[in-house]
Amino acid sequence: MTGPVLEIVDLCFRWPHQAGRGLVIPELHVGRNEKVLLFGPSGSGKTTLLSLIGGIVSPQKGTLRVAGTDLSELSARYRDRYRAENVGIIFQQFNLLPYAKVSDNIALPLRFAPERRARVPNVETAIRDLCASLALPEGIEDQPAHRLSVGQQQRVAVARALIGTPALVLADEPTSALDANSQARFLDLLFGQVTQAGSALIMVSHDERLARLFDEVIRIEDIVPGTQENPCS
Amino acid sequence: MLLRLALASLRARALTVSMAVLTIALSVLLLLGIENIRTGTRASFADTISNTDLIVGARSGSVQLLLYTVFRIGNATNNVTWESYREIADRPEVDWIVPISLGDSHHQFRVMGTTPAFFDHYKYRGGRALAARSGNTALGDLYDTVIGTDVAETLGYQTGDEIIISHGIASFYEHEDRPFRVAGILEKTGTPIDRTVIVTLEAIEAIHVDWSSGARIPGRSTSEEEIRRMDLTPEAITAAMIGTTSRLEIFQLQRWINEYRGEPLLAVMPGLALQELWQIVGLAETALLGVSAMVVVTALAGLVAMTFSGLNERRREMAILRAMGARPATIVGLLIFEATLIATAAVLLGLALTYAALVTGRGWVDEQYGLWLTIAPPGGVEIAVMVTIVLAAAVASLLPAWRAYRMSLADGMIVRI
Repeated sequence: MTGPVLEIVDLCFRWPHQAGRGLVIPELHVGRNEKVLLFGPSGSGKTTLLSLIGGIVSPQKGTLRVAGTDLSELSARYRDRYRAENVGIIFQQFNLLPYAKVSDNIALPLRFAPERRARVPNVETAIRDLCASLALPEGIEDQPAHRLSVGQQQRVAVARALIGTPALVLADEPTSALDANSQARFLDLLFGQVTQAGSALIMVSHDERLARLFDEVIRIEDIVPGTQENPCS
Repeated sequence: MLLRLALASLRARALTVSMAVLTIALSVLLLLGIENIRTGTRASFADTISNTDLIVGARSGSVQLLLYTVFRIGNATNNVTWESYREIADRPEVDWIVPISLGDSHHQFRVMGTTPAFFDHYKYRGGRALAARSGNTALGDLYDTVIGTDVAETLGYQTGDEIIISHGIASFYEHEDRPFRVAGILEKTGTPIDRTVIVTLEAIEAIHVDWSSGARIPGRSTSEEEIRRMDLTPEAITAAMIGTTSRLEIFQLQRWINEYRGEPLLAVMPGLALQELWQIVGLAETALLGVSAMVVVTALAGLVAMTFSGLNERRREMAILRAMGARPATIVGLLIFEATLIATAAVLLGLALTYAALVTGRGWVDEQYGLWLTIAPPGGVEIAVMVTIVLAAAVASLLPAWRAYRMSLADGMIVRI
């Protein structure tokens, strides 16, 4: 596949039942294998943009193309399937199902993505390898997730996002719950694994110091023309 | 894998979930328990008399006649004269006839005057005959009595003991000058016979010599020898049980008795009178079942409330599942599955509790109420009730599931706790 991993043209989105909250993006491109920092203050619509790219919500107008697929042409059902197949997601914190074992948490997206599952010949080995390369202690796979430290949980989330090598990894301020030392180490591991998997990475943050690590930095103020009182009208 | 996750999620909320299971299980116990007692009572009532084709008494209601003759509940309004009794006994349709005379008591127990033939013809629980566990049922002497097992146990009587019988029910006058001898004690039957003191018809007459209108005639005292020489044929009896020579003749005999010109009489078939009784009792039963059904509904509402209040805490869980690619339908399915699982566990626990209660409590119920509850595998009604409860739980869980569906659509990836 060639072409950009993300392509947005004249996109307009408004949350249902929430007057005034929304997003207008005239244009946005992210190239394949690129690591992009989406930077902006809280409330500027970063997470909404991630929800759009992830296909959890659908724009009212415009083109939203991810890895060659126009999401606005997909039904809700196929958007869910697309997300499972193509996108790995890392949240700010509380990434894991606390009651489930680490291995079940990591394997979870494969349950909804048969193609991605097919890329993993042996799930158990894949999980063990990912845990090892993310410097997680041996035998952690069988621990229930709630026993893990915050830093360990974030790294398990990386393993989950990368299993079956999806085209795109979305990370929503994944380091905000970590202290400075852990942050650096976490980003090292994340970048290493994303590069190895050949995925693109879009990471949201309000921390400008991270900018130097990325191929490209997009300021949300630059792509969103001001606050929209009533978008999509 | 989703199944495993759902189970792990339930296990993580073990305390609240087990409370919900317990609540529903207790409501199931109540419902099944009442159903069991209801059918048990019916069976027990129906078991009390069998092989008797007709019961004859003074004209009143058929239920009333059945209640005072067979169940010793209430009193006769009037008597049947000995002449009428003889005339009925002489009918060709009559195979056997046993007279019954009620109205006296011994402590809290009723005294019944009858003939020794009673022990040949009275049958209970599908044709079982009465048998003595000690002594005999011959009623060979005028002052012999055969008592039910409850009478013997409550009052501590042994065969050969002497007892005093009072006139009237709950009377202070005791016929103290003429003690009876306990000649036999019957085996437990689970019928009102257990609580009855049986004597001969002649004995009933004998204890009323020197008595008039419930009071002793002053200055008169007839000796036992004189009484034994007297003609003790009664002038009237309370009722009679009849077996016909052929079942086809029941209706003919019944019509003849009901149209009898000598005095107003009533002949009823015990089975039909029982049916009539059920129609009356049925109303109370329906009310009771209605109440326990409401308890089940309340328990299910509790389950829905628990699911609703859990939704907010579990918003994160659902957002994670959605982000991993789960469809909203999967979330809805998980919630319905959860409710179904909880209800199934609860219903099975309720069933187990019901059997446990039956096994441990049936002896006590039998002792206290003479009601023998049967322990049988769950019947059609029970299974239908349990399936309905599980289905109702699944349907009720659609409400919180629908809310979770809306939430998961509206939240996107925004949920942050």
